[in-house]
Amino acid sequence: MLKDITLGQFFPGKTVIHRLDPRTKLLILILYIVALFLAKSYLSYALMLVFLVTVTLLGHIPFKSMTRGLKPMLIFILFTAVLNLFYTKSGRLLFEWKFIHIYSGGVRTAFFMVLRILLLICGTFLLTYTTSPIALTDALERLLNPLKKLHVPVHELAMMMCIALRFIPTLIEETDKIISAQKARGADFETGNLLRRAKALVPILVPLFVSAFRRADELATAMECRCYHGGDGRTRLKVLRYAKLDYLAFLIGLALLAAVIVLRHFGL
Amino acid sequence: MPPIIEVRDLTHIYSAGTPFEYTAIENVNLSLQSGELIGLIGHTGSGKSTLIQHLNGLLKPTSGKVLFRGEDIWKEKKFTQSIRSRVGLVFQYPEYQLFEETCWKDIAFGPRNQGISGDELDARVRRAAGFVGIGPELLEKSPFDLSGGQKRRVAIAGVIAMEPDVLILDEPTAGLDAAGRDSILENIRAYQQAQNAAVLMVSHSMEEVAALCSRLIVMNHGGVAMDGTPSEVFTRSEELVQMGLSVPQVTTVFRLLRQRGLKLPADVYTVRYAVRCLAAWKEGRSC
Repeated sequence: MLKDITLGQFFPGKTVIHRLDPRTKLLILILYIVALFLAKSYLSYALMLVFLVTVTLLGHIPFKSMTRGLKPMLIFILFTAVLNLFYTKSGRLLFEWKFIHIYSGGVRTAFFMVLRILLLICGTFLLTYTTSPIALTDALERLLNPLKKLHVPVHELAMMMCIALRFIPTLIEETDKIISAQKARGADFETGNLLRRAKALVPILVPLFVSAFRRADELATAMECRCYHGGDGRTRLKVLRYAKLDYLAFLIGLALLAAVIVLRHFGL
Repeated sequence: MPPIIEVRDLTHIYSAGTPFEYTAIENVNLSLQSGELIGLIGHTGSGKSTLIQHLNGLLKPTSGKVLFRGEDIWKEKKFTQSIRSRVGLVFQYPEYQLFEETCWKDIAFGPRNQGISGDELDARVRRAAGFVGIGPELLEKSPFDLSGGQKRRVAIAGVIAMEPDVLILDEPTAGLDAAGRDSILENIRAYQQAQNAAVLMVSHSMEEVAALCSRLIVMNHGGVAMDGTPSEVFTRSEELVQMGLSVPQVTTVFRLLRQRGLKLPADVYTVRYAVRCLAAWKEGRSC
């Protein structure tokens, strides 16, 4: 069932990682990604891996849900690996057959590419697994606040994102229900050629859109009834504040980045 | 007569093997006969919806079996697919599944999937529309232009048009006004009698099931707690209240009267019967 998709799902908890300020986690993720793209050697990748595993363990995130989240990305990862394997022409020639040439450089690049994508995906998973969507949008709004001076509608963007995230599970549930209902009327989504299958989606998509618009309408009315009028003068129940733990986390994040840069510099 | 649907030791666990694992129903045994009109009651989360989705093969049992006329509905894929038209399931708020340009086309979706076409299809659509009181003038209209009650009727007609032997409805009257409620219940009864179908209706209104059904099934904590005639079930009103369910108001009134020492029967659940009993009691005879 659609419900079993764990991509980007929040696992409530009370671990150190969960308690960090969402802004800290977001910024550290950015540091982590920068470090990931600067990493060039086995040693620096090993360092990144150690960091990732440590955070996963600290956050009590089961490794099983990590691997399950990776499943939908498998094709993309394989595609990248194959592409890099065949199109990198450096190092020794390892294998030759008709138009296929595989070089040692290709193997190395493919391996690093796959590792990089895996680390990237797992890193972002860690953020969404340990941070509720509301905390995340809150953090984003606060971090982007300076852009308000440039007339960027920061609050509105954050609100839109928050609403979108909030309605993903609702819409998935709704889709499940509509699929079941049309199946009960004998709809068949699994057989036939591509065109037939695309046509079979109409009985799902039309009701889904109708209900999404209805929900949007109802939500807008409900928000107006509670006097929502944008972000000006709005106060918060939970005000984000950096604690000692956050500064420590920043230090670790910066240390990671620094280590990777140093390793790159010395070509290790 | 052999039962048309039989449920044996049915258990269903959602998201088995994940932290969200949840046992919705456990060891349910049931059988439905043709021509029965059954009310299924139970508070939210008692497993009603899970149970009814097993009866037409939308959910696969974690363990146990569902038999249709003695055959396991999961024995092969084709058979499961064909069961969906033999056992019609009307979901809660079915009007949210309408999608076609006209009511006629929407009602025809089910029978068309069964492979019916031409005059037979038109006849099916008109017959189904007749059962739910949708006139021919509405059939060419867009379902999105109808009122809420009319939409619900069109959606129910979409299932009835498959002419199932078993019709299951999940709260068919939720959110309707009194007049709409009564007429939809009347339509359901008309279909049941015309086709000699087995009808299973999930409801939260005790008055509704008491007035309509010949048999009641009460679910609690994912199992069948009671199964019997309305009078058998409503005599156990204290237990029903403990399960978080209510009994028809008139049953409560009679229970209180009996507590005050009046000699009245315990199985009163319709107003008509209650009036007869009170009249009899006034004249000093038993009803």
